[in-house]
Amino acid sequence: MSNLVKGKKYQWETVIGLEIHAQVKSNSKLFSNSSTVFGSKPNSQVSLVDAAMPGMLPVINKYCIEQAVKTGIGLKAKINNYSVFDRKNYFYADLPQGYQISQYKYPIVGEGKVTIDFKDGSSKDIRIVRLHLEQDAGKSLHDQNPTKTYVDLNRSGVALMEIVSEPDIRSADEAGLYISKIRSILMYLDTCDGNMQEGSLRADVNISVRKPGDDYGTRCEIKNLNSIKFIKQAINYEVKRQIETLEEGGVIDQNTLLFNTSNGKTRPMRSKEEAHDYRYFPDPDLLPLEINQKDIDKLKISIPELPDDRKKRYVKDYSLSNYDASVLTADKSVSDYFDTVIKSDKSLQDSSKIVVNWITSELFSLLKDNNIEIYDSPVSPNHLGKLVNLIKANVISGKIAKDVLLEMFNSKEDPEIIIQKKGLKQVTDTSEIEIIVDEVLLNNKKMVEEYLSGKDKLLGFFIGQSMKKSKGKANPKILNDILKNKLSKKN
Amino acid sequence: MKLDTNTINKIAKLARIRLSEEEAKELLKDMNSILDWVEQLNEVNTDAVEPLANISSAILPQRKDEAQDINSTDEILKNSPDKLEGYFAVPKVVE
Repeated sequence: MSNLVKGKKYQWETVIGLEIHAQVKSNSKLFSNSSTVFGSKPNSQVSLVDAAMPGMLPVINKYCIEQAVKTGIGLKAKINNYSVFDRKNYFYADLPQGYQISQYKYPIVGEGKVTIDFKDGSSKDIRIVRLHLEQDAGKSLHDQNPTKTYVDLNRSGVALMEIVSEPDIRSADEAGLYISKIRSILMYLDTCDGNMQEGSLRADVNISVRKPGDDYGTRCEIKNLNSIKFIKQAINYEVKRQIETLEEGGVIDQNTLLFNTSNGKTRPMRSKEEAHDYRYFPDPDLLPLEINQKDIDKLKISIPELPDDRKKRYVKDYSLSNYDASVLTADKSVSDYFDTVIKSDKSLQDSSKIVVNWITSELFSLLKDNNIEIYDSPVSPNHLGKLVNLIKANVISGKIAKDVLLEMFNSKEDPEIIIQKKGLKQVTDTSEIEIIVDEVLLNNKKMVEEYLSGKDKLLGFFIGQSMKKSKGKANPKILNDILKNKLSKKN
Repeated sequence: MKLDTNTINKIAKLARIRLSEEEAKELLKDMNSILDWVEQLNEVNTDAVEPLANISSAILPQRKDEAQDINSTDEILKNSPDKLEGYFAVPKVVE
């Protein structure tokens, strides 16, 4: 698959690296015991440590360390037994300390990798440079007042994991797949809630372009994107802008950019003359973080089955395609649902593809229309399994099954009960079907003649009429056979 | 290593401290003499020594992940010269 972008004059290659900021799922903040709950009253979860009152000292949250280590294991990365917290110094209204406690030279997690899967069944590894722990800043509201900015420090001090990739990404689509995959891994591990709308997961995107084979071009960084859609939009816009600039003989300034979500354009941040000078140095309030191998090994045991392992299992045990399996495993709750359906009855093991289809087409569309998440599905995995078995056993046709599913969705009832109550059981009794077919052929003599003189298409009409007469309950295959048989006899 | 006035002014700007020319001159002298003093350390060969993050040999104390409901809004805003509905109000900062 070629990812080259055509300019007016040349073909260009896009080079992208991502810095993902993932909020650690924890009850309390990284260095204080105030709560991390989203959406609380402004400034109600701000301890004296978070507000940087003089004399306050940070004490690290053990669970946040474990969450970072688990994430490192999930990213197949090296866990560093020794890491150091540094101060990253800058002034901003939502950073009361005047510095962010972060990790610079010695991060808690080193090199790792993440695999992304493409529609054509191929896959690609994106290398991870590092993951480090740091504090989140507060939140600023700029658009409420013409002369004021309002600051809420509830988020100040919440633990973040910054996950930095190598510049291995070559297109907006790859960037989308990469961030989806990271999100999926984090959610399987339960180390981040993955909620992009609430800002639990956001990304800075580094972009440059080059002619294939050349060295890396000058890169720009787009800050703080919080949806996959915006990330793709911002990349596509920025790539086009860089190519146009270069083809017109211009140069790319290494700049920090903001993406305007309403017009889809990037623009440079204003304060560029003050090139960032963070003056990192080890935070004297915090000792180096040492993690012994025993604790790492203990955490390794607690790691659940991750999307890639599940994907492999699905391919192996249920002979799903690599891509189907990757789609199914991307969302843990979908994958959990599928697993529960399959496990609800042994006979379903061989019908995994039918189960996948019923989940990803019919059930998904019902859930989507009603804005319900799969883990709240009114159709229980058990009931869906039963429905699939009823189709397989020819008790109902696939078409009737759709109606039954809708009824199951609305009433939460067992499909067997619904079928019984509504008399939807499929007619497989050939004599019953024969009566219907005879009647249809008798009532449509002219059509029968036309059919016999070569208008093959009319078969569909007879099937439709017979089906209608049976109220959709005739077994389609038997009906088809009987019709063909009777028509051929008339010849 | 010798500082010049430009560097002094840059450091002052990064620290958000306004200096008069007179003050900058004084600081230049002071800081250069501090640097001279520290530079004595260059006499020691540290090629094979890892930088030290902390001189204490204690182990980083860790706390349990327990959150306290502190409902801090009133207390935290007490010293703020300007506020609105639970928010700090500061001069507009827009990037």
